[in-house]
Amino acid sequence: MNLKTEANGNLMVIFVREERLDAHNSEELKAEMNRLFEGGAKDILIDLKEVRFIDSSGLGVLVSGFKNASTRQGSLKLCGLQAQVRSMFELTRLHRVFDIFQTVDEALESM
Amino acid sequence: MKNKIDLEITVPNQTRYLSLIGKIGEDLARVVDNFRGDREALAHHLNMVLTEAVVNAIKHANAADPHKEVQIRISISDRELYIRVFDHGRGFDLNTVPPPLFNAAQIEEKGRGIFIIRSLMDSVVYKRAKGGNVLEMKKMLG
Repeated sequence: MNLKTEANGNLMVIFVREERLDAHNSEELKAEMNRLFEGGAKDILIDLKEVRFIDSSGLGVLVSGFKNASTRQGSLKLCGLQAQVRSMFELTRLHRVFDIFQTVDEALESM
Repeated sequence: MKNKIDLEITVPNQTRYLSLIGKIGEDLARVVDNFRGDREALAHHLNMVLTEAVVNAIKHANAADPHKEVQIRISISDRELYIRVFDHGRGFDLNTVPPPLFNAAQIEEKGRGIFIIRSLMDSVVYKRAKGGNVLEMKKMLG
């Protein structure tokens, strides 16, 4: 899976550089989030702007990160959702759970 | 019957083929006749339900055994789109799969696949067939 992680102050930003986030590759994103949390990160932003398709496994991995962040008094935020991806958040009501921003810059401004 | 399409696809019981199956679903949505709705939405929904159904067969029914196979049949007629995903595993009871909890304090990592399929298709049935099981999904066209 093609992931790029950047530190931006205290915020760790993971860029998911894949067209699909699904049952085939989403465990790698989970492993990267866990690596960051275990390394002391509290706040993670996932940039999904290159992701055109997400399935229930991809959504599940983001929920896992959200729960992990919550137990550490941290946060997991999202940005760059394409229309099809957003529609799956809405279908599963997860758009009410996550803080979702248009861009990385917008997420940074909110902090 | 005019312009009937029948596809039969067999892939190894491995998630690396999900993208291929999903893309076939998307392309089918662009060629079906007699569909007046949003074709790009249909393409996305077929990608979704095929991905979810094949993952379900791989992980739950076939217990992630990479030597098993998943067989997919897609039939498109004037009136309906009919997708069947066959597994050769122990299966599960569709009716015991609970809907996901939507409350942020209670959300779980897993349990959205069947909910998504049921939301996007008009009928969903899972039953014994051919020495294994089949997940049957229908969507009305026209």
